[in-house]
Amino acid sequence: MSSSNLQLEAPLDPAFKVERRTATGRGDLLEVSMGPQHPSTHGVFRMDVVLDGERVTKLKPVFGYLHRNHEKIAENTTYLGSMPYTDRLDYFCSLTNNWAYALTVEKLAGLQPPERAEYIRVITAEFTRLQNHVCLIGFLLQDMGASGTPLMYAFREREAILDLFESLTGARMMCNYMRFGGCRVDLPSGWLDQASKVVDRFPRFLDEFDRLISGNEILAARTQGVGVLPRELAVSASVTGPVLRASGVNYDIRKVDKYGIYDRFSFRVPLGDHGDVYDRYMVRVLEMHESLAILKSALRDIPPGPIMDPKAKLRSFKPKAGEAYGRIESAKGELGFYVISDGSANPYRYRVRPPSLINLTVLEDMCVGHTVADAVIILGSIDIVLGEVDR
Amino acid sequence: MLGTGLIKGMAETARNFVGSFLEEDRLTTVEYPEERIPAKEAARSFPFLVFDGDDAEKGLRCVACQICEKECPPQCIFILKDTAKKPDFVGKMQFQPKVFDIDVSVCMSCQICVEVCPFEAIKMDVDFELSRFDRFEGLLIHKDELSKPNSYFRKIHPTDAAAVDANLAAEKAKAEAKAVADAAAKAKAASAAAAGLAAPAKPAAAAPPPPPTPADPILKSASSSTAGPGLAETGSGKTHAPAHGS
Repeated sequence: MSSSNLQLEAPLDPAFKVERRTATGRGDLLEVSMGPQHPSTHGVFRMDVVLDGERVTKLKPVFGYLHRNHEKIAENTTYLGSMPYTDRLDYFCSLTNNWAYALTVEKLAGLQPPERAEYIRVITAEFTRLQNHVCLIGFLLQDMGASGTPLMYAFREREAILDLFESLTGARMMCNYMRFGGCRVDLPSGWLDQASKVVDRFPRFLDEFDRLISGNEILAARTQGVGVLPRELAVSASVTGPVLRASGVNYDIRKVDKYGIYDRFSFRVPLGDHGDVYDRYMVRVLEMHESLAILKSALRDIPPGPIMDPKAKLRSFKPKAGEAYGRIESAKGELGFYVISDGSANPYRYRVRPPSLINLTVLEDMCVGHTVADAVIILGSIDIVLGEVDR
Repeated sequence: MLGTGLIKGMAETARNFVGSFLEEDRLTTVEYPEERIPAKEAARSFPFLVFDGDDAEKGLRCVACQICEKECPPQCIFILKDTAKKPDFVGKMQFQPKVFDIDVSVCMSCQICVEVCPFEAIKMDVDFELSRFDRFEGLLIHKDELSKPNSYFRKIHPTDAAAVDANLAAEKAKAEAKAVADAAAKAKAASAAAAGLAAPAKPAAAAPPPPPTPADPILKSASSSTAGPGLAETGSGKTHAPAHGS
């Protein structure tokens, strides 16, 4: 509601303008329920925004529309049985979800994947990161009103990576590939060459994308200085992933925890300076370059050998009683699984630490004071997937 | 200069537009119903039951052990054991499913049934056009529709099928060799007994069929479990160990 309505009312006192800005709810504030069917909310997410003119004064994220009882289902099924359900958490990155869950259960059961399986995991995880970031920047630009073109270019590249996933795992998105102690199947013949071809072609796309949009004045005007997330707030809200790094905090679990074999690869961690939407965009673009460097060396060094720990077994898998927390740097941030075993075939407790949900908690702090259109791109720059937020 | 970035971006779209006429690999989509991208060898959509030979009833590999039913994460498989037994590919008497239904609306194509099956009886199809006209009964796929010949499996997953065929052939050869060895041992023992003591030894000709191979605990337990009428007791697969595969 614009302020024009107010001018029809009784005479204004001079102090009113100031009071209106402080959002005390004098009747000219408009509460809008944005979502859950709004296309820019990336799924079934709702924002209860209180608007003052076009400015957001209050924002309440509402989620749970996609709640599927994932954690409780996992407690009532076998360890293996919840592996395909993890695909459906962050459905862009099923392979990293698989890895995080497999890593946790391996910690619990004391399994050690062989060398080749570790390489395959790194390769698939980095491809996953690439295609997630590609999608994200496509969607982000779509949210800004760059209708279609960047998104279609992004999806064209993603298609090549999904083809690789399909020829390896059998499915494009719901891969269900990792197993406790290794991977399900070995790489088919010719896969590595195909993958190298995709990796070699990818910089061409990144350069093209840079020419297409990174220098664009409208992009800069829309994103620079918008949705600033201060360093201290990011750390105290336990934000992780590219959102945290865009605020200038050097924290990447691949470097901090060195899970898997990430200590063997040399790559840099891109950091932002301002913590605004533009930095979050650029951090992801630069991360894709680093992922390509990891992929190049992993595809070069991958050794032959078995892909499963001989101790691992598929059925009647009962890890000894205990608990484990495994975490990886997924494309969206720290993805952790916490599993307690009581020695039976089902986990006693199963909990997911979803990066999307925890990054979403700072949404209001980033949005207040900006326009509704900016709230949309701030949400887009956090990179949420509702499958993971609601579980 | 303001606007340079915009113009550069426009040039890029123009390059892509022109490029799509010149470079084949810039075209990524096909006109779907008329034109199809061939399915990848590893592709998976929905499970089917493999049978050997021509007769879907006789050649069905499934022995109704109900392991897939138990391991299926969304619980979309329903199996009812038949009371009658039939010989499997090595000639051993095995149970068979009377009813084998999969709910296509619940199945999430995760392939876990395929991985846990010790009999190579259930495999993944690549046919993805699974829509039905009836949303109740039609979504429940029955045994007759699920059964597909081994030749089809060879066609859609050649590498996998070759490995499975080799595996089964080796098993069959082993079972036959064991049967021959058993028969020979029996005959030898009988003739030795007859020659030595002239005691009433068992005639070699009436030797019982060879016992199940010890390498196959599942076959053993499945064939030795009681032939209850209709429903078999659940949880019988609890102590089963995988017979082959990793």
